[in-house]
Amino acid sequence: MFDHILSILIFFPALAGLFGFVIQKDSVRAYGVAVAAIEFALSLWLWYAFDANVSGMQFMEFLPLVPAFGINYILGVDGVSLFIIILASFFTMIGIASLSDTKNEKNMIITLLFLQMTMVGVFAALDAIVFYIFWELSLVPMLYIIGAWGGPLRIYASVKFFLYTFAGSLVMLVGMLFMAYYFYQATGTWSFAILDWYRLILPETFQLWLFVAFFIGFAIKVPMFPFHTWLPYAHGQAPTIGSVILAAILLKMGTYAFIRFSLPMFPDASVFFMFPIAVIAIIMIIYTAMVAYAQEDIKQVVAYSSISHMGVIILGTFALNVEGITGSVFLMIAHGVVSGALFLLVGVIYDRRHTKMMSEFGGLAQVMPRYATVFGLMLMASVGLPLTINFVGEFLSLLGFYKQSHILTLLAGVAIIVGAIYMLAAYKRMFFGNVTNEKNKNLPDVNTREWLALIPLAIITVWLGVYPKPVLEPINNSVESIVQLMHEKSITAEAKERIPNLIKDAEAATSAQEAH
Amino acid sequence: MLIPIIGALLIITIDIIKGGLHKTLYVGLSLLFLLMDFGALLDASGVFAQNGTVMGVFDVMMIDGLAILSQFIIVGASMLFIPLALTHKRFHEFSYPEFFALFLFMIAGFQFMVATDNLILVFVGLETSSLALYTLIAMHNRDKSFEAAVKYFTMGALAAGFYSFGAMIFYALTGSVEINQIASVLTANKFEDMGFVLVAVVFMLASFGFKLSLVPFHTWAPDVYEGASAAMAGFMSIVPKIAAFIVVMRLFEFLVNSGVVWLEIVIYAFVVVTMTAANIWALIQTDVKRMLAYSSVSHAGFVMAAVLIGTTQANSALFLYWALFTFTNLGSFSMLWISRQKHLPAYQSSDHSYDKFAGMIQTAPMAAVIMAVFMLSLAGIPPFALFWGKVYMISSAVNADYKVLALIMALNSAIAGYYYLKLIVYMFMREPIVGSNGHVYVANATLSLKTIIGFAAIGTIFALIAVNPLLEFITSFVHASGF
Repeated sequence: MFDHILSILIFFPALAGLFGFVIQKDSVRAYGVAVAAIEFALSLWLWYAFDANVSGMQFMEFLPLVPAFGINYILGVDGVSLFIIILASFFTMIGIASLSDTKNEKNMIITLLFLQMTMVGVFAALDAIVFYIFWELSLVPMLYIIGAWGGPLRIYASVKFFLYTFAGSLVMLVGMLFMAYYFYQATGTWSFAILDWYRLILPETFQLWLFVAFFIGFAIKVPMFPFHTWLPYAHGQAPTIGSVILAAILLKMGTYAFIRFSLPMFPDASVFFMFPIAVIAIIMIIYTAMVAYAQEDIKQVVAYSSISHMGVIILGTFALNVEGITGSVFLMIAHGVVSGALFLLVGVIYDRRHTKMMSEFGGLAQVMPRYATVFGLMLMASVGLPLTINFVGEFLSLLGFYKQSHILTLLAGVAIIVGAIYMLAAYKRMFFGNVTNEKNKNLPDVNTREWLALIPLAIITVWLGVYPKPVLEPINNSVESIVQLMHEKSITAEAKERIPNLIKDAEAATSAQEAH
Repeated sequence: MLIPIIGALLIITIDIIKGGLHKTLYVGLSLLFLLMDFGALLDASGVFAQNGTVMGVFDVMMIDGLAILSQFIIVGASMLFIPLALTHKRFHEFSYPEFFALFLFMIAGFQFMVATDNLILVFVGLETSSLALYTLIAMHNRDKSFEAAVKYFTMGALAAGFYSFGAMIFYALTGSVEINQIASVLTANKFEDMGFVLVAVVFMLASFGFKLSLVPFHTWAPDVYEGASAAMAGFMSIVPKIAAFIVVMRLFEFLVNSGVVWLEIVIYAFVVVTMTAANIWALIQTDVKRMLAYSSVSHAGFVMAAVLIGTTQANSALFLYWALFTFTNLGSFSMLWISRQKHLPAYQSSDHSYDKFAGMIQTAPMAAVIMAVFMLSLAGIPPFALFWGKVYMISSAVNADYKVLALIMALNSAIAGYYYLKLIVYMFMREPIVGSNGHVYVANATLSLKTIIGFAAIGTIFALIAVNPLLEFITSFVHASGF
């Protein structure tokens, strides 16, 4: 069973989704929760069976698809992808469980199950074309979720989301085809397997072009400044569940792909573009934080703060050392938990008042104390309070980049303070003071269904903030092997210097110990 | 290749002996003869795989890999097309047995056109099929159909004229009408009469530009597609074009690769302009059928890139693309066909306006999902059929070092995404128009139509499994015939 657990993880929700068509309308939610819970249990089992000491790929599967053209169905997980897969199944589960009453509930749940297939597929794929298939396929359910259940501008938002990402990923596809062609020239066989591509050492000029091609695809997905304009629309119009999945999982595809593709395949280009990208990331952090401060709509505040934190993830990734990358992977999970939870919380208040304008609220802490507590906790986590999950990731990311550049890291650190300002200001406007609006006087507090979703998130936020080791260690092991690979593959002197050589460092450390 | 002709004659004979028989008989007969034709093709492909290219009938006919592959597509698409005549509503054209006789003649014409190296036989095949096709369009018996038929006829006549002029100049230059002879003579004298070659090439380009609806010779396409019945339009977007592509491949690839720089640039421009301009026109259409017409023009431009690139991989990509395109495009046109109305309700400006499909997911969910799959496939979303064609085609451009072309092809797919998405948006995200019920989308459906759509949908969704065997088969055939 372990041999095919990844395939089961990918296709079980889709198969269940197909069966979902025959389920009676009113019972479909229970069915959806059951399927998602089984999926989550399977993903936990994956974690249990995962050997944290192995840095390479585990649970590999191989099936030829188009061998004439080197396309194979290859799956595998390492520490980097493992936790994002668990996160994806977790969020689908609590997303379905906490789904507020929607029209066409059955269509929504089936769509979510299909979306889950594509999400797990992206993170488990080790063949570029299979990766691309799931990557593109994930657009379709999301398009439907935003377009069919969204706000007044939903069609514009969903089409913008689709076209933006689609255009970017087609450029990436051309990049993939070039990469396969270079591989063919070098070895004489066609292959789209990522692990094969890792072994290919490309001249720096090729690396630069290919890096740009892949970068366009990934940067739109993340979304990096200046490609971020689709995201506020998508978040603004999407239903709660759409925003939650989008922020928690779909955006991570971009940052994950940087670590899976760009860094190990093009180490020299990564070093070459390190500072430009870091500058973009810092612009992204500061600029979107300022935009968030100016928002009237609480969901937009959360959306922009989510973009802002994605900037920190990018910064950590392009620190190109173990601390930075480990931190960014951890922050991906943290950001998933926290921003997912914040969107859920916004959904809670939206269900009650059908407005997201902060000016409509005020003094909610008196009416809804429990809600205010959870919101406060998540908000503190979002601004990176120590002992919460975000702090670990942000700290490691910034620590990693501090080794590359002090000034830029300082700027990014300042930006995080700005983040604290707008978040606290938003919190103050919504929760403190007197209840000014009559409509808010009798709002019911968080109900059982919402508790069901929020409590696990709150527990994770604190637990991984206090004791991140069980997650951090497997990530660290895998990242070390990636960084070592990058160091060995790089050809320019600058890249050799920027990307640390772990083996040599380790040897130096042991020899230093022996000398004592 | 004679099998469809015999079939056509048989149908006419039956009609003479006893008229007024039901269309199901003729559909059945046509299908039988096409099946036999397909069997004969399988046989021929077995012979080809063993002995290589076969020449016959005074060396006029030539059965090589290209001929066999394209005939597979021609006959296969025809077999998918002919059951579409069994509609729920009665349509004028299918009550005539001549329709089916003409149809079989047309298939024979296309088969002759692809299975020869001889410019004269190409011409004979081209004209046989085109004349039959004009009549078939006109038989739909609507005002717009007559307009379409006349328009197509006029353009086709012009193209035929251009073609004969071009062929004449080639003959004058080289003393032969065999394409390989022309090629060897021209190469032997190192293209010394460059001026005349260019004139001939210009004529040929114009002629096939019309047939393949390359911009700027495409103007007939949307009108003719709109006028013809949806099923016929789907057929026209596939079969005549693959036949023309084969001739273009035979004729132009040696010219492109022989260092005629001018020609390479011109075809490059054709490819880029056809893809891009047709995509942009498709964006602003309000009728789904016209949108699909422009999209077919754009796809033709995309595939024309294979002729420009000219490697074995590119030529294989052409066949792969077209085989997968057959399923998807015929499927989507059939979906329009089953929703054909005889009378338009007030809110509809044309037969297949976008409004008609608004909220289809609520009234006819299954049909909406199938239509959406076809649209996603046309847009090139994996893992549906056309994605594989696109990947292989773009990859062939990459491998032949056409970097910019590859990027243009990719970006065009992104532009095209918008108008396919528009239909999906209408179907899934808009509210249905008051007073419409789901019946309108399947008003014309019968079991046989549904079967065809089922075939097309299965071919589109599960293309993934078929790609590898298809690719190996195509590549071996294309390679063996030296392209």
